[in-house]
Amino acid sequence: MLYREAGQFKTNYASDLAIFPILQDRIGIVVILLVAFVAVPYFGNDFLLQAIMIPFLIFSLATIGLNLLTGYTGLLSLGTGAFMGVGAYACYKLETLFPGVNVIVWIVAAGFASAAVGVLFGLPSLRIKGFYLAIATLAAQFFLQWCFVRVPWLFNYNTSGAIEVGTHTLFGIPITGPNATSTTRYLITLSIVVVMTWFASNLVHGRIGRMWMAVRDMDIAAELMGIRLLPTKLLAFAVSSFYCGVAGAMLVFLWYGGAEADVFSINQSFFILFMVIVGGLGSLLGSFLGAAFIFILPIFLRYVPPHVGMTIFPATVEHITFMITGGLIIFFLIVEPHGLARLWQTAKQKLRVWPFPY
Amino acid sequence: MLLYKIFIDPFVQMGAAPDLFVQTLWEGLVAGVLYALIALGFVLIFKASGVFNFAQGIMVVFGALTLVGIYEILVRWGISQENVAAFLALGLTIGVMFLLAFGVERIILKPLVNQPDIILFMATFGLTYFLIGFGEYVFGGSSKVMIADQLYLPKGFIDLKILGGVVSLQKIDIAAAVIASIMVTGLALFFSKTRIGRALRAVADSHKAALSVGISLDQIWVIVWFASGLVALVTGIMWGARSEVSFALEVIALRALPVLILGGFTSIPGAIVGGLIIGIGEKLGDFYWGALLGRGIESWLAYFIALVFLLFRPQGLFGEKIIERV
Repeated sequence: MLYREAGQFKTNYASDLAIFPILQDRIGIVVILLVAFVAVPYFGNDFLLQAIMIPFLIFSLATIGLNLLTGYTGLLSLGTGAFMGVGAYACYKLETLFPGVNVIVWIVAAGFASAAVGVLFGLPSLRIKGFYLAIATLAAQFFLQWCFVRVPWLFNYNTSGAIEVGTHTLFGIPITGPNATSTTRYLITLSIVVVMTWFASNLVHGRIGRMWMAVRDMDIAAELMGIRLLPTKLLAFAVSSFYCGVAGAMLVFLWYGGAEADVFSINQSFFILFMVIVGGLGSLLGSFLGAAFIFILPIFLRYVPPHVGMTIFPATVEHITFMITGGLIIFFLIVEPHGLARLWQTAKQKLRVWPFPY
Repeated sequence: MLLYKIFIDPFVQMGAAPDLFVQTLWEGLVAGVLYALIALGFVLIFKASGVFNFAQGIMVVFGALTLVGIYEILVRWGISQENVAAFLALGLTIGVMFLLAFGVERIILKPLVNQPDIILFMATFGLTYFLIGFGEYVFGGSSKVMIADQLYLPKGFIDLKILGGVVSLQKIDIAAAVIASIMVTGLALFFSKTRIGRALRAVADSHKAALSVGISLDQIWVIVWFASGLVALVTGIMWGARSEVSFALEVIALRALPVLILGGFTSIPGAIVGGLIIGIGEKLGDFYWGALLGRGIESWLAYFIALVFLLFRPQGLFGEKIIERV
């Protein structure tokens, strides 16, 4: 009823090409942003911000990064965790080498270090395809993870082998470290994620995005159409690793406040890949939905049964969480292989023609 | 100086202590056999259904854990003869692996026929998670001791006096190698001589063509998953007898992946040769060159070996040539 486009005419090309062609969508996005920027920090408690919203946004960003590579360019990568790690360690090194510069600059700059590493490990992608490439990216995962443990320069020769984040300020307000409130960290995270999502959206709707999608759909055909494969694939690796790197830096600086190499293990890579697949390959909205689903589901499973009066041992909960997560992944793949994003589209389509079936 | 350490020093060491070299080589060979077994399970399923079965590693653990778990239950129920209980447990575990294969086919594969590869790949991820949760829930998360003695697996070791030194060979390793070769020969015969084997190869070639000549895909998939379940069980027993049975074993699946790309996804000989190359390369590399980089290079060395091979042969050593049509 409310979701109708009747009476909205497109009078120029710009409005025809708009990402949100329907007025209700534009209102919706403004409302979501308002809620995220104003309502959530104002009404949300510490638990909501610290344990749910901040990690959800960070994982969304990493998911967008992997989605650019796997969903848009069709290159399957299992090295996401390591690229996030590169971002985190690069940010840590930069921040300790040049403490005068604001940490947000370094969080973004760390993405470039990650991008460089990503390009390096993306080089085989021209020759190796499909699952072979996926396993080749595991080489990056294991090699980089080994570096995080064995190269002491990366963590400034700490005896603990972990990186720790001190307090940094922006306009006199602490934004990292133990003194920063979760509200400030949430707002910083949200701002970075919104800006980078906007950038990614422009990227995939433009020439570069079309090139990526052409390569994904059939790389030989794309080559014949004049798309140079190597630069295109490497660009995808670079941008993807950039996003993952920034997400990794944010993970350590704005959420954990310190990390060891274990954080960036192979499981992290799989975790992000789950989010991409469950959310929907080749969809930015799907990245958010997938991150929300995969990240919040275990929390939900952990906290809800006690509240409804069921007492389960923690270990059992852990096992059942595993079982349910696995089962739900299979269930979702069977019901909707194109992910939550497609589900949302179907729902929107139904809403537009309601009360008629089509 | 560095060049000397990389190119000359290790070989000098090898020449100086040939018995140590043979020992390392043997250890690599044994590790290689086990990698090859895991890779074999992958290849069986990939050949027949085009599914990259990530759950193979967890099936190894699950098989071993089920075997030990059932054995413990049987002993608790009062089957006093340990050997009887062990073999009864083995039989029951094979039954469980069949149920698993059947369930996977019914619940996961059938509804996902014709989906893109990556979706099926993700589904096996779901299966992995489910099996981890299920296995820990039923059998507990603590590590267990494999019932190697009760299954009449040999233990102890043989000392060979060769090359002016002593090389000790674990009997269990020899048994593993023998069993592995028997199994591979059996599978090869099964694939080439029997009716079902021919049907399997037909399915591997083309699902549609196989369907059109009246081969039941459902049946074939159950058989293939069951076969790789058995391979997983044998791997689990062998690996479990060397160390212990716990979910830490799942990392060996990740170790076996380079074997897979080295040998090619579709080749059984490739899985074996690849396994041996990786196993030997890993052990020798870590033993002679590891000190240069700091220890622990085992975790990624195999991937780099595989990557180098792959740059020259993108379909693996024995894989079918990838032909792309436009």
